[in-house]
Amino acid sequence: MAILSFSELEARCNEQNKAVYEIAQEEEALLSETEVNVVRIKVLEDLLAMKEAVKSGLTSTEKAVSGWCGDDCAKLLYRYKSNGSLFGTVFEKITEYAIATAEENLRMGRIVACPTAGSCGIVPSVIIAAGEERKISESEQINALLTAGMIGLLISNKVQLAGAVAGCQAECGVASAMAAGALSQMLGGGVREVIQASALALKNILGLTCDPVCGLVEVPCIKRNAFLAVHAVTAAELALCGVESKIPMDEIVDTLKITGQLMSPLLKETSLGGLAKTKTAQELEKKLFKK
Amino acid sequence: MNSLFSVISPIMVGPSSSHTAGAVRLGLMARNIYKNDFSKVKFVLYNSFATTGFGHGTDKGLLAGVLGYTVDDSGIKNIFDIVKDVDYSYEYAEDISRHPNSVDIIIDNKMTISGDSVGAGEIRINSINGFSVSLNGNYDTLLLMYKDKPGMISKVSDIIQKQRINIASLHCDRSAKGGTASMYLALDVPVGEDVVEKVKAISDVSFVTNIRKLK
Repeated sequence: MAILSFSELEARCNEQNKAVYEIAQEEEALLSETEVNVVRIKVLEDLLAMKEAVKSGLTSTEKAVSGWCGDDCAKLLYRYKSNGSLFGTVFEKITEYAIATAEENLRMGRIVACPTAGSCGIVPSVIIAAGEERKISESEQINALLTAGMIGLLISNKVQLAGAVAGCQAECGVASAMAAGALSQMLGGGVREVIQASALALKNILGLTCDPVCGLVEVPCIKRNAFLAVHAVTAAELALCGVESKIPMDEIVDTLKITGQLMSPLLKETSLGGLAKTKTAQELEKKLFKK
Repeated sequence: MNSLFSVISPIMVGPSSSHTAGAVRLGLMARNIYKNDFSKVKFVLYNSFATTGFGHGTDKGLLAGVLGYTVDDSGIKNIFDIVKDVDYSYEYAEDISRHPNSVDIIIDNKMTISGDSVGAGEIRINSINGFSVSLNGNYDTLLLMYKDKPGMISKVSDIIQKQRINIASLHCDRSAKGGTASMYLALDVPVGEDVVEKVKAISDVSFVTNIRKLK
């Protein structure tokens, strides 16, 4: 029986005494009529592509077509190198990797949509940074990515993960929920902590609109990847301490969908409202189309 | 239930899964449906595709797709410099009855293929020359047009059954009773050209094509 909700996922894990990633890889193997190992190799390909994107992003300062963005990661690297962050190297890496990946994306570079391209920096930054800092094996990083995938998949069964359909809550918000679950898995959490972490992350980002300036995946998208990656860490830390969401994850996902429906089309990737309609955005737009 | 890889893939060039990768895949599906060489293609972009497509490289993605580029090809970025012998054009429109990310792809003024980019790089082709279909590119599909009359489904499924191929789904549509009709079958295994020829040989079948699924 296919799993369609988080409550079913939790029940299945508990019944069979399995982790979320085990259920995820078994379900995927069943669906695509293949072996679990084949699924894991495909996930590894994604993981390696994510690491490549981070690597390219960390060394490039190429600007996007707009000329606005592309050197924020370089700024972070420069400051961290001389001063360091108050919050330590794992915080430095998460923010660097998230922005490095998002900047690769705006350059039309090669990235992994996770779940979407606009939110492509969030899951990789958390998994790769935690993996490096805690010396977590590649196999366990694959487990984390499978966990993230299962969370995203269950949400996408109810809501289309597109800014044009439900706003940024369905892109960066869902990415953050996926990253929170993945991090809980990496730090030793069970199914309960994984689902609670994703619930806490998603619940606290409901209502986030998609209002990119001039319709480009740049403002506010790039920096938002860093913010939502850190947001995922907060959720995972709380969940691992046993803090729980009073509203169950399935009801939060329903709320995500309803909030998306209530959201004005002006705030859903049309660039007709929100930040895209500010005075400065309109000035930027004039300059851009004069080019 | 969908694949896990609908949320942790594709590996693609940016910047937008719905507006860049989805656009490439819509173009690729149009290419798979039309199949022949072409010299002219027009894209009509609707709603969010029309208003924000420029910034997401939607125009480049659609064109690259119909030319056979896959979503992770670094050439997409410079497609306008690469293309030489195809006459391409774009129009922009608003139609709130359609999906926010919607396009018509008109090839050689002969075939109009309409589709949506439904999120995370996933797509859906909704109509081919006005006949409604629902193709997501995840199945090999046999599509045919014919004169509406009794017995057509059994004739076609009989040919497929003899190949021992499982039909995942089957849909029909028609313009009017006795008018032009369309049928498409999603298959677990692709059929060969011999099957296409056999279906073509059924009387009153005017058009048959074998649409490969997207990688």
